[in-house]
Amino acid sequence: MEVATSHTQPTGFIRRYLFSTDHKVIAKQYLSLSLAMALVGGFTSYLIRWQLAWPETNIPGWGPIGPDDYNAIITMHGTVMVFFVAMPFLLGAFGNFLIPLMIGANDMAFPRLNMISFWTLFTASVVLTSSMFVPGGAAAAGWTSYAPLSDNPIYTGVNRGQNLWILAVALEFGSFLMGGINFLTTTLNMRAPGMSLSRLPILVWMEITAAVVFLLSVGPLIAGALMLLMDRTLGTGFFRPDRGGDPLLWEHLFWFFGHPEVYVVALPGFGMMLEIIPVFARKPIFGYRTIIWSTIAAGLLSFIVWAHHMFVSGMDPRLATPFSVTTILISVPFAIIVFAMIASVWRGAIVLSTAMLFALGGLATFLVGGVTGIFLGSATTDIFLHGTYFVVAHFHYTLFPVTFFGGFAGLYYWFPKMFGRMMNEALGKIHFLFTFVCFNAVFIPLFLAGLKGNPRRLYEMSSYDFLKPVQQFHVIATIATIGLLVGQLPLVVNFVYSLVRGKTATANPWQANTLEWTTASPPPHENFRKMPMVYRAPYEYSVPGAPSDWIPQTEPPQPIYPVTAVAD
Amino acid sequence: MSTAVQTASAEVPVGYESVAPPSGKLGVWWFLASEIMVFGGFIGSYVLLRVAHGGWPDQASHVNWRLGAINTLVLVTSSLTMILALNAVRIERRERAARFLLLTVLLGFTFLGVKSIEYTRELSEGFTPSSGMFWSFYYIMTGLHGVHVLGGIVLNAILYIAAVRGTLWSGNRRARVEFAGLYWHFVDVVWIFLFPLLYLA
Repeated sequence: MEVATSHTQPTGFIRRYLFSTDHKVIAKQYLSLSLAMALVGGFTSYLIRWQLAWPETNIPGWGPIGPDDYNAIITMHGTVMVFFVAMPFLLGAFGNFLIPLMIGANDMAFPRLNMISFWTLFTASVVLTSSMFVPGGAAAAGWTSYAPLSDNPIYTGVNRGQNLWILAVALEFGSFLMGGINFLTTTLNMRAPGMSLSRLPILVWMEITAAVVFLLSVGPLIAGALMLLMDRTLGTGFFRPDRGGDPLLWEHLFWFFGHPEVYVVALPGFGMMLEIIPVFARKPIFGYRTIIWSTIAAGLLSFIVWAHHMFVSGMDPRLATPFSVTTILISVPFAIIVFAMIASVWRGAIVLSTAMLFALGGLATFLVGGVTGIFLGSATTDIFLHGTYFVVAHFHYTLFPVTFFGGFAGLYYWFPKMFGRMMNEALGKIHFLFTFVCFNAVFIPLFLAGLKGNPRRLYEMSSYDFLKPVQQFHVIATIATIGLLVGQLPLVVNFVYSLVRGKTATANPWQANTLEWTTASPPPHENFRKMPMVYRAPYEYSVPGAPSDWIPQTEPPQPIYPVTAVAD
Repeated sequence: MSTAVQTASAEVPVGYESVAPPSGKLGVWWFLASEIMVFGGFIGSYVLLRVAHGGWPDQASHVNWRLGAINTLVLVTSSLTMILALNAVRIERRERAARFLLLTVLLGFTFLGVKSIEYTRELSEGFTPSSGMFWSFYYIMTGLHGVHVLGGIVLNAILYIAAVRGTLWSGNRRARVEFAGLYWHFVDVVWIFLFPLLYLA
């Protein structure tokens, strides 16, 4: 094993909190950044929804928005939520915090690179935020930046904003490339003695699979982003048919990354649900190895499904069938993971803590997202549903559960470990109730609107007679969105209150088995006072004959109860 | 922390010694994997568009394949000097290592010098990045590769200075020659793909 370098905690404020190399501090920086950007993302969703329910009215707290503003706002919503909320929240914050703690390391393999990753992301978010205030406004070609819409400034009327968007996204990619290299190297090289790969907590498996998928899928889009920037600044025509280029090339390069990106976000979200479910069901996870093989299979398959975003793009229609097949195939490993979650809960001694509620809520809502994905993955049905609100509802039903249900589950669960204090359960449950009910109330109407043929990307519906009947769905969705946003207030109150006044947390408040719970809450600078020795799999709950219903991974073998190498 | 680790490592049972490559090397390999995908994206796009659209061979006939071939030779030779530097580091021949690192840096500069002669000629003949799709790809791919060569020159120059000053020989730092070498060979291999695709095809 890598011998830990002796590093003592710096005492100055700047080195300790700002340019810290401690993975726990960096994780909190990612957490703060993602929550701050979530405010931007949330507020843009409010503007979008208000405009769609009551077009061209004065939006309280903002004013009316025009069609160009609408395009910019929707672009920012997508970009912010995917790249600056979901990724820093699930990978940046939780990956950074938990990987070293869960594998028994004292820090990441490259602590300074870790610091650079965060500050690169910070720079990216500053660039993106500032792009909203340059002349011409923010990028308005959608988070997918389809060429030639994004390629020629005359189409959207935005020049600098689009260039800054490319820069911000490129910096974000650089940040998570460095972060991913760190995750992988740390997990492979810094595990405590006994922490074999088959004893790794599932979350660590999911984080590193996500890192590999990101690492290998983002390259072509970096190439694409450079080409787009050259098209916009040097007069090349990679994506412009009038100059011999091909707009479809952008779509291929984008979705070759864009679809795996869904799994980059989804896997860590699942990982958190999978960590939490056995703890609050007091049962071993069902099918540990099966889940891991499914994760790897999903990671591999994610590279050959991208063109299902392009069934109606004008690509060769003969490609539709193979990509339909691979897309339906990728739902198999995810179905297995979902079944494993359900089987893990089955007949458990379930404790409905806030973390568990969010984990189960995420499972339930993701199911809807997964099932509706079948309709879109199959070319025949997609041709009808493509570009409608059905798609909008579908991808929110996949990304919201993993990012927010999974992420919030993780936040409530690991908050004591991060900050040494417990969160308030009552406020947490109110937060869950609001989030769960309102989220469904936003997007079920949008499924219905989509089924009635309501196209996406419209600034307002009232100009179209055939859309008159769907307007009511948009009103319901908007009211629910406001409820969803207001419903986050209990979280804010809870977070701030618990940070200052919460009940002091013990080392292992949930009686969980993984390594992070064997050290103090919050962990000391070097994580573990003594290097942990790992003797068993991470989910040994309610083992027959054992003195308690949980056996930490560090518990040496005892003659009275058996040691199993793997939980299943 | 160091004391804690020492006590812990005393407890590590036999058979737990790591067989994994050192973290630095592993990090470089992951980085190169992502770089392969970046250049792979360019090469894939180039090949697909070239197959789908006509007119590219006409444009391609204006590149100077002789200078390109010379540059290929320069870069391959620099990979050799890099290996010789690494070998010298391994057998503790310090001056020899420094000399080969310097030679690698100089060959890198030679490559960039030849490339800039090519660029100057092409631009003065009126072939700019917007002269056609082939030229767009030519400039963006060789340009990005050139930036990578420059990065490698900087890395090797830092190592050369460290070798001359003697700081390279303390602790585990000499391993950096191998990391820089991995990167340098990667840059070389990218060129091995670019040369036939852009100059010969």
